[in-house]
Amino acid sequence: MISLTIDGQVVEVEDGSTVLQAARKLEIQIPTLCTHKALLPYGACRVCLVEIEGSRGSWLETSCTFPAQEGLVVNTTSDRVLRTRKIVLELMLARCPEVEVVKELAAEMGLEDTRFPKKGEDCILCGLCVRVCGEKMNAGAVHFVNRGTGKAVEPPYDRHSAVCMACGACEVVCPTGCVDLSKITTHQPRPIPSEFDEGLSSRGSIYVPFAQAVPNTPVIDKDTCIRLLNGDCGACQAFCEADAIDYDQEDTIEEVDVGAVIVATGFKLFDSKLINRYGYGKFDNVLSAMEFERISHASGPTLGKVIMKDGRSPQAVAILHCIGSRDENYHEHCSRVCCMYSLKFAHLVKEKTDAEVYNLYIDMRAFGKGYEEFYKRVLGEGVHFIRGKAADVTDVSETPEEKGKLIVVAEDTLLGVTRRLPVDMVILSGALTPSPDSADVGRVFSLGCSQGGFFLERHPKLAPVDSMSDGIFLAGACQGPKDIPDSVAQGAAAAAGALSLIDKGKVVIEPITAEIIEDRCAGCQLCIANCPYAAIEYDKEKNISVVTEELCKGCGTCVAGCPSGAAHQKNFEDEQIFSEIEGILTGSEV
Amino acid sequence: MAKPKVAFYWCASCGGCEETIVDLAEDILGVVEAVDIALWPVAIDMKRKDVEAWEPGDVAVAFINGAVRLSEQKEWVELLREKCSLVIAFGSCAHMGGIPGLANATNREEIFANKYHRSPTVANPDGIVPQEQTNVDGYDLELPTFWKDVKPLNEVIDVDYYLPGCPPPFDLVATAVGAILEGKLPPKGSVIAPEKALCDTCERNDTKPDEMTITEFKRTATSTPDPEKCFLADGFLCMGPATRSGCGERCINGNMPCRGCFGPTPDAIDPGLKLLAAIASRGEADSEEDAKALADSLVDPLGTYYRFGLPASMLKRSADTERAQT
Ligand SMILES: Cc1cc2nc3c(=O)[nH]c(=O)nc-3n(C[C@H](O)[C@H](O)[C@H](O)COP(=O)(O)OP(=O)(O)OC[C@H]3O[C@@H](n4cnc5c(N)ncnc54)[C@H](O)[C@@H]3O)c2cc1C
Ligand code: SF4
Ligand code: SF4
Ligand code: SF4
Ligand code: SF4
Ligand code: FES
Repeated sequence: MISLTIDGQVVEVEDGSTVLQAARKLEIQIPTLCTHKALLPYGACRVCLVEIEGSRGSWLETSCTFPAQEGLVVNTTSDRVLRTRKIVLELMLARCPEVEVVKELAAEMGLEDTRFPKKGEDCILCGLCVRVCGEKMNAGAVHFVNRGTGKAVEPPYDRHSAVCMACGACEVVCPTGCVDLSKITTHQPRPIPSEFDEGLSSRGSIYVPFAQAVPNTPVIDKDTCIRLLNGDCGACQAFCEADAIDYDQEDTIEEVDVGAVIVATGFKLFDSKLINRYGYGKFDNVLSAMEFERISHASGPTLGKVIMKDGRSPQAVAILHCIGSRDENYHEHCSRVCCMYSLKFAHLVKEKTDAEVYNLYIDMRAFGKGYEEFYKRVLGEGVHFIRGKAADVTDVSETPEEKGKLIVVAEDTLLGVTRRLPVDMVILSGALTPSPDSADVGRVFSLGCSQGGFFLERHPKLAPVDSMSDGIFLAGACQGPKDIPDSVAQGAAAAAGALSLIDKGKVVIEPITAEIIEDRCAGCQLCIANCPYAAIEYDKEKNISVVTEELCKGCGTCVAGCPSGAAHQKNFEDEQIFSEIEGILTGSEV
Repeated sequence: MAKPKVAFYWCASCGGCEETIVDLAEDILGVVEAVDIALWPVAIDMKRKDVEAWEPGDVAVAFINGAVRLSEQKEWVELLREKCSLVIAFGSCAHMGGIPGLANATNREEIFANKYHRSPTVANPDGIVPQEQTNVDGYDLELPTFWKDVKPLNEVIDVDYYLPGCPPPFDLVATAVGAILEGKLPPKGSVIAPEKALCDTCERNDTKPDEMTITEFKRTATSTPDPEKCFLADGFLCMGPATRSGCGERCINGNMPCRGCFGPTPDAIDPGLKLLAAIASRGEADSEEDAKALADSLVDPLGTYYRFGLPASMLKRSADTERAQT
C-alpha cells in the first residue's frame, strides 16, 4: 500500500494506482473526458490536471496517468489547476463548440464561450473508441491518423474496414456520439432486437429482460456476446462496479422437490402474418396488438408516443377486432379480451393523438364489471364503430384521398355497404392462442387439452382450477383466454388449492393401482406414453418400466395397452373378469 | 443302455420345420448318436401299421409340427400320443395354428371353390371336387375329412411342451432335447422359450422415442425401414412387443419387423388383441377421417395381428366364416 496526500487528506491506495484513483477514493471530484474504468489510462483530454508538489516546486500532471507514489502531495483545486483546465476546455470548446459533454464541463467551469476560432468538430479526440476497439475488442479497426490540427480517428486509409466486426463498442463508448459505424465497417451492423419491445427497439448483449423482470438482474445473451463467442471484449466485466459478471457461469438445471404445481404458462398472441391480406409484416404501419402495447407504453420504444414508423403522428387509425379468433380458418374461439383491449387502444389513440379512430368489430363483447361503461365512454370519445370484420388492408389507392394511405376494406353490416377507410395506422387485435410449447408442457404435467388447445380443467364449473392430476393446478390464460382480473382470481384459487394440499401433509392414494411384473416386462415403453398421469417411468438399467404407486390412479390404461401382459391391475386381474364373464354366461345357459 | 427313440411327424405344415433338422447338416450325426429316430416321414419310409405296432412308451418323444386340419392328421397324432411318452408341439403351426391357420379367416366352401374352380391355373370343366367316399372300379376309396377349422395341436391331443417359432431355432430345440435327455423337464405345458417379449432383447429398443405416436402404417413392400430404428417408431407394425423373445431377432436382423411367430408371452391372453390395444392407444389422429385413414393404412389387420396364431387365439376364426357355415 502507498499513502499520499490529496488536498490535505491522507489516503492509502494499492501499488500501481493512479492519482485519479486515489482522489476518487477520497471522493474528490476531478473532471475527466478520456478516462474509462475498463480501459488503460491515456491522458488525451488533459481536463483531469492536478498539481503535484515536489521539494523543488510544483508541476501539473494528468491525474489519470500519473502514478500514485509514497508521500506524494497533490492539489486538485489550486488556482493553477483551475486556470489551466479552463484553457484546456476553452481550446476544446473551440474545436467542438456543439458537443454536449464539452459544453457542460465548460459551463461547470464558468465558461460561456471560447475566445479561439471555432472549428465545429464532433470528435474530442479522447481516443476511447480507438482503445476500446484495440484493447477490448481485439480488432484495432480504428486509429488516430495525422498529427496536430489534422488529427482524426479513422479506419486505415479512410476505407471501410473488413477488420471491424461492427460490434458497435466504439459507438457506445464515444462520449460525444460522433462515431458512425456505417463509415467504418464493411459489415452490416445487426442491432439485436429487444424481445420485450417486440423488436421495435434494440438491446445490448447484456441486458435486463424488462423493467419488472424477476430477478431484476442483467443476463448475457450467449448468441451475441462477443466475449462468450470469441473471448474478446469483456467490457461489461470491466465496467461492473459490483464485480458481478462471471463469464464462466454455465446454465444449471435445478431440481426442486415440490408438493404441488401451478401451471400458469399463459398464451401466445396470434401471429397475424398467417393472414396475408392484412399486410402484417408487409406494411410498416400495420401493427400487432402487442406492438401497439409497447408503442403506447411510457417505457416503450417511443416513450409512449403513438407515432408511425417515420415518426409522424397518425391522422387516422383502424383497429381490427377478432384477427384469428372466431374464424373457422384459424381459431374458432372468442379470445374474450380483444374487444376490451381494442377499446383501450382506441381510448389511448384518442388520448395521445388527434387521429380519427375506427374500430371494426364482429360484435362487441364488453363482458365484465365496468366494461360496458368503458365501452360507452369510448363511444363518447368519438371513436367510429363499424360492425363488420375487415376483409383486407391494401396500399392500392382508388381515389386521391387514399393516396399514400393504408386502405382498410370492410363490409359495414349495419349499413349494408362496403367501406374503404384510408388510415395511417392499422392495429390487428389478434387472438389469444395456446403457447406453442403447450403440448410439451402438457406432457410434463399430464395435462389434457380442450378443443382449441388450452389446458383442460377437471370440471368447467365445479373444478375450474384443478387439472386431472392431483396436485397440479391451472391458472390464467393457459387454461383459456381471460383477462388480468380473471387470471389473478384463478391464480389465487390455485394457490389456495395448492396450500390446502401442502397443509394436510398427507395424500390419499388409490387402493387399486397397477403393477408391472419385473420378470415379464420387455421394456417396450408403450405403457409410459399411455399413462395419463405420468405414473410410469422407464428403468434403463433393468430395461423395464416401473409404476410409481403414489401417482398411479388405477385407471388401467397401461394394463389394457401392455402388449405382453406384464402390466397388471391389483385386485382386477384378467382372470377375475373372465370368471365373471363365465359366471354370467353359465347363468344364461340355465 | 439303449438310445432313447424319437419320432418326428408333420401335419398341416410347409416343411420348414423339417428343414431345421436338415439344417443341422453334419451335426445331425450328433443327434443320431444320442437318439434313435423311430419315425421321420420326410426322410424315412414307414407306414402307419409300423407305428401301430409300437408299445406305448417305446418312443420317448414325438416332435409334431404342423396344424391339424384333416381327420387323418387327427388319427396320426392320437396314435403318436398313445405310443410316445412326451409330445412336443414343434413350431408355430402345431403351437398356435401358424400360417395354415389363416385359413380360419375364410371357410371350407371358399377354399374348395378357390382351389378347384376359381384358380386361374385350374381347368376343371366338369366341376369335380374331391369326395370323402368314392367308388372306383368297385373299390371304395376314402379321403380324410377336411375340417371346418384349422386347430392347434393341443386342441386335438394333450401336449407336453411347445417349441415355438417358424421354424423353431435350433438352439431352442437343442435346449429341449438336452432337458429331455437329462430329465430336467420344466412344468408340463411350458413353452420352451424366454418369458419376456422381444423388445427385451431387441437392439432397436433403445431408439424408441419418449412418447411413441403412430400416425400411419408403412409397409415393407413399399418402403424400406430404417436399419437402426425401432420398427414401431418408424411406422412399421412390429409384433415384437407382444411376442416372446428367443428367436434371436431373426427378422429384425433382416430389417423386417417381427411377425409374431413365437406367440404370446405367458401373461398375454391373446397376442393380437394385446398388440391391437397397445397400437390403438398410441395411434394419433385429429379427426375421424384421420383415424380412418390411419386404420386403413394397415393392410390386412387380421392377417397382421394373427399371422401365426388365429386358431389358438380367442377369436379362433373370423366371425363371418362361422356364420357362413352355420
Ligand atoms: C394485446 C393485449 C392487451 C391486453 N390488455 C389487457 C388489459 O388491458 N387488461 C386485462 O385485464 N387484460 C389484458 N390482456 C389480457 C392479459 O394479457 C392476460 O389476461 C394475461 O396476460 C394472462 O396472464 P397469464 O399469467 O395467465 O399469462 P401470461 O401473461 O401469458 O404469462 C405467462 C408466463 O409464463 C411464461 N411461460 C410460458 N411457458 C413457460 C414454460 N414452459 N416455462 C416457464 N415459463 C413459461 C411466459 O414467459 C409468461 O411470462 C391483454 C392481452 C393482449 C394480447
Ligand atoms: S462481454 Fe459484456 S460488453 Fe462485451 S459483448 Fe459480452 S456482454 Fe457485451
Ligand atoms: S407395455 Fe408392458 S411390456 Fe411394455 S414396458 Fe410397459 S409393462 Fe413393460
Ligand atoms: S417394437 Fe419391434 S423393433 Fe421395436 S423394439 Fe420391439 S421388437 Fe424391436
Ligand atoms: S422376429 Fe418374430 S416373426 Fe421373426 S422369427 Fe422372431 S418371433 Fe418369429
Ligand atoms: S481523463 Fe485524464 S487525460 Fe482525459
